[in-house]
Amino acid sequence: MTVGNVFFLVASVVALFGACMTIASRSPIRSAVGLLITIVGIAALFLMLNAQFLAAIQLIVYAGAVVVLFVFVIMLLGPDAGDGEGTIARARLARYGAGAFFVLLALAGAHLVSRSELTAHRFKVAPAGHGSVEGVGTLLFNTMVIPFELATALLIVAVVGAIAVARSKPHVRRESKSASPTARMFHGPLMARDAQRPLPTKAERAAKAAGGVG
Amino acid sequence: MNSLGYFVEQYVMLAGALFTLGCVGFLVRRNVLVQLMSIELMLNAVNLMLVAFNRQHLNDLNGQVFAFFIIAVAAAEVAVGLAIVLAFYRLKSSVQSDEADQLRH
Repeated sequence: MTVGNVFFLVASVVALFGACMTIASRSPIRSAVGLLITIVGIAALFLMLNAQFLAAIQLIVYAGAVVVLFVFVIMLLGPDAGDGEGTIARARLARYGAGAFFVLLALAGAHLVSRSELTAHRFKVAPAGHGSVEGVGTLLFNTMVIPFELATALLIVAVVGAIAVARSKPHVRRESKSASPTARMFHGPLMARDAQRPLPTKAERAAKAAGGVG
Repeated sequence: MNSLGYFVEQYVMLAGALFTLGCVGFLVRRNVLVQLMSIELMLNAVNLMLVAFNRQHLNDLNGQVFAFFIIAVAAAEVAVGLAIVLAFYRLKSSVQSDEADQLRH
């Protein structure tokens, strides 16, 4: 076991543990911590794959922004962010399902390992600049400059849209006390002059309907 | 198997396991927040796969740049998704996706 083997083993076990924690824990704040653990593990694997720039971006964007956003929302919702009644059985089902899928994946992996062509795709030794900030930046600002600028536009639109969606609009919520569906459809008088007039009683409405027919 | 981490198949298997876990979490859990985290898990698995395949092609970095764009799109998606979760919670006082059964309020 060289240092690289131990590194890969530890990082992949950390990532898988975090993923299990994300989907199987009852409290969403623990799920967020599990997502953070997975992200750190995958950033370590990026380092192993000669993607230093992406490892840094992964830590900055995911661990620094996305997980923090999740934690903000969980804290904003408070105790209501957790599962309601009857969902704890579903969390247990998630654990069992994950375990079953893991068994299947282990079987598939054992089948793959048992075949000899696994050695055909060993990584070659990478040159020094592979995955560096210079390399990725050169590609990003030459060939990919239009998608890059479009990504900035996407981020701005997403932030403005998020503010527009999440902003509280108290005047929109109109709670009607009436049990009648027709009365709930019209929240108030349609005309201003009807505001002071009392609504007709049931007997008056029946008399009016009878008069209209007769 | 005495050299872990130097074969692309090992990364493919790991990414497949992570994607499967995210898929199971999205399908089984009913908490919208956990479902969004499961989506992030799946996106991360795809990123890992792209970077691992890019490691095989030493003369270009297109896979890593593609993973970079996926990270940007995922950040935007999380911002909008969590805003929708907040609006949904304001409407229903719950974050269970079973409650989302109306087109209009």
